[in-house]
Amino acid sequence: MTKILVPVKLVLDYNLKARVKSDKTGIDLTNVKLSINPFDEISVEEAVRLKEAGKATEIVVVSIGPAKAQDALRSGLAIGADRGILIETTEVVEPLNVAKILAKVVETEKPDLVFLGKQAIDDDSNQTGQSLAALLDWPQATFASTLVLEDGAVQVTREVDGGHQTLKLALPAVVTVDLRLNEPRYPTLPNIMKSKKKPIATQKIAEFGIDITPRLKVIEVHEPPTRKAGIKVKTAAELVDNLKKAGVL
Amino acid sequence: MEFDVVIVGGGLASLSAAIRLKQVSKMDGREISVLVVEKGSEIGAHILSGAVIDPIGLDALIANWRDDPESPLATKVEEDAFLFLTKKSGYRLPNALMPKLMDNHGNYIGSLGNVARFLAKKAEELEVEIFPGFAATEILYDEQGRVAGVATGDLGIGKDGSHHGGYTRGVELRAKYTLFGEGARGSLTKQLLAKFNLAANSDVQKFGIGIKELWQVKSKNFRNGLAQHSFGWPLDSQTGGGSFLYHFDDNLVSVGFVVHLNYSNPTLSPFGEFQRFKTHPRIRGVFEGAKRISYGARALTEGGWQSVPKLTFPGGALIGCAAGFVNVPRIKGSHNAILSGIQAADAVAAELAKKNPAPEFTAYDEGWRASPIGRDLKPVRNVKPLWSRYGTPFGIMMGALDMWTNVLVGKSFFGTLLHGKPDYACLKPLADVTPITYPKPDGVLTFDRLSSVFLSNTNHAEDQRCHLTLKDASIPISSNLPLFGEPARLYCPAAVYEVTYKDENIKSDPQFVINAQNCVHCKTCDIKDPAQNINWVPPEGGGGPNYPNM
Ligand SMILES: Cc1cc2nc3c(=O)[nH]c(=O)nc-3n(C[C@H](O)[C@H](O)[C@H](O)COP(=O)(O)OP(=O)(O)OC[C@H]3O[C@@H](n4cnc5c(N)ncnc54)[C@H](O)[C@@H]3O)c2cc1C
Ligand code: SF4
Repeated sequence: MTKILVPVKLVLDYNLKARVKSDKTGIDLTNVKLSINPFDEISVEEAVRLKEAGKATEIVVVSIGPAKAQDALRSGLAIGADRGILIETTEVVEPLNVAKILAKVVETEKPDLVFLGKQAIDDDSNQTGQSLAALLDWPQATFASTLVLEDGAVQVTREVDGGHQTLKLALPAVVTVDLRLNEPRYPTLPNIMKSKKKPIATQKIAEFGIDITPRLKVIEVHEPPTRKAGIKVKTAAELVDNLKKAGVL
Repeated sequence: MEFDVVIVGGGLASLSAAIRLKQVSKMDGREISVLVVEKGSEIGAHILSGAVIDPIGLDALIANWRDDPESPLATKVEEDAFLFLTKKSGYRLPNALMPKLMDNHGNYIGSLGNVARFLAKKAEELEVEIFPGFAATEILYDEQGRVAGVATGDLGIGKDGSHHGGYTRGVELRAKYTLFGEGARGSLTKQLLAKFNLAANSDVQKFGIGIKELWQVKSKNFRNGLAQHSFGWPLDSQTGGGSFLYHFDDNLVSVGFVVHLNYSNPTLSPFGEFQRFKTHPRIRGVFEGAKRISYGARALTEGGWQSVPKLTFPGGALIGCAAGFVNVPRIKGSHNAILSGIQAADAVAAELAKKNPAPEFTAYDEGWRASPIGRDLKPVRNVKPLWSRYGTPFGIMMGALDMWTNVLVGKSFFGTLLHGKPDYACLKPLADVTPITYPKPDGVLTFDRLSSVFLSNTNHAEDQRCHLTLKDASIPISSNLPLFGEPARLYCPAAVYEVTYKDENIKSDPQFVINAQNCVHCKTCDIKDPAQNINWVPPEGGGGPNYPNM
């Protein structure tokens, strides 16, 4: 039977506008709503659907981050995952290092499938799934929009330029999920309540013996320029004039 | 699901009640299960306040909260300033003239949303079950007509009433006692007031709308701990209201404007008055080179002492601003919200300890007038009625005088004045007023409503039933428009209501449009609609604003 590992990340809620810290070193995350990365919610949902259909046996969610990252795990548990692993750190962990740690988790947990979001909406890196597949030397399918689990294999349809591509991977495998794969359920109040009782094991990142020193240095974070208010022009000639003035023509 | 106590809303009143119940439960060594539901996506997401906070409430609830490393209040009020503004100029009133009751010494400036987040953490440590993202939409009654809990709304019902993908049924949350801490103009509170006739022996409730922006200002314009209030311009002498402007934390300025909802000119826009206020020569300097961070609005209760309804009914009670404990001249209600939560919790816990708990824990209703809440509200009870009657500044002077006599001789020459008409009945017909026009926003200091709502991070799941329900769909166009110019277009701080025409020039075929997705849950439409035709009901849980530090 199939065991699925689903890594999840806590990010600035997608409804909120990111605000740059006054010292321009990053985004201000104090007292703002943080939520499970929306793509990770989709991967948990997919895993839970497989379990409900009797095709998966156990779903483990794992998150790397500060103690608060528990909230992302709880969201996954409320959708229906069975247990969680929190790998605690207050440092920034770059995607390759996340993948290295996840590879270690795979070693101990021995899942048949790892479902990841195609990217996290905070840094939009889109690297973790691919790096993990490479480190494990497992087959990978990215941007899954449909997924069918068969005996010992998974069939994944991906959205590519100009159409759909369908791949069949032998298990164990890594799949990263796209927006259209499913519409995650609303966790019900009783399920949220139950999720608070599901087990979460906490480990320190140091236990993994991986050097997580970032390879990238953030020099400055700044907001995109604000759009100036538009103007209404009366004639085409005026439009052309203005475009010339703006140096567009 | 069954609990000892279910609490509706996750504001200060509710969280304080929850914390107190658990404190008693720990102290007495008996189990009291407590659940809180909050319609915002997280605790604090829908909380908007000034806020200058009187610590009397927190002191009563949490020992040593000041020393807590996560204490949300870091700025003490250093200086009080009261301004009376005229169009071109302004006068600072000597602080010595202000009644002692108005002194902010010892109070804190901060974000009430962050106080709520802090209390939620404390509550969870005490094993209170807190569920943000769930709105209570229905009151449950047992066969005897006693309140037996609430039900949360269904999720995933489309505009046309059909169920879509994530459809989830709401749940019944049954409780021995249910506390309603919905804040000003709660949607379930409104039903309870009617069902149990709770306001039979009290004056009408009065309201104001408060609109607020949070700014990060240049250090040279920042004066840590300054709490400044103004009245007068841009409001005319017949319209009550005024501004607040608080400097706190990391170069933050919380600036807001309150307009009393008994205003009479239907062409008035509270939002427009607020924007105009910021351009006053005595005010605008603060915002030079500054950045607006957040925006929001919320109604507040203004009826005070004489408008507080009966608080208890079989199976439950009203707490905080659902009952209406705001002290109007101080524009403060959060301390009383906490105190009322504590008082209600104590009464509930005492009842639960009895062998046969009574359906109604009347001790709470009987006790508040003689408690610190009553002592806070009683001496200021005539300020609002005097202001309404005699306008600005004369009514305010009389109010101040009345507060002085209350302080000095312990009573008022006026006895207790009544408020007169409810707010919705105060509008004059269009034909009888001079229309107010507002200057165009400059996009730097003043803004339009849509770019403002954008900063409130407001979001509602797209395909859902409209939560702004009309009892009679024809009234906006058939009567509100010709009589009052449909004032919803102007009083709504989030540009939810519009009247559109087929041909704008000849104003043909008017249509009433409701952009419900913009709603910031301030409840003003439910209060001010002259026909009392708009009924605000909670949208799907998790919808509405996502205020970060408001
Ligand atoms: C502009 C403005 C400035 C103010 N300034 C100050 C100040 O400086 N100092 C001060 O002390 N006070 C101030 N007040 C008053 C103060 O904000 C209130 O007294 C206080 O917030 C009341 O607390 P509460 O818990 O009763 O209600 P609220 O703070 O309104 O909280 C109610 C909560 O219940 C939730 N809720 C409502 N209905 C439901 C439902 N059906 N289901 C689920 N959840 C629901 C809401 O989303 C909200 O989170 C100000 C108010 C305003 C509007
Ligand atoms: S629709 Fe009503 S409750 Fe919503 S923002 Fe407008 S006035 Fe406030």
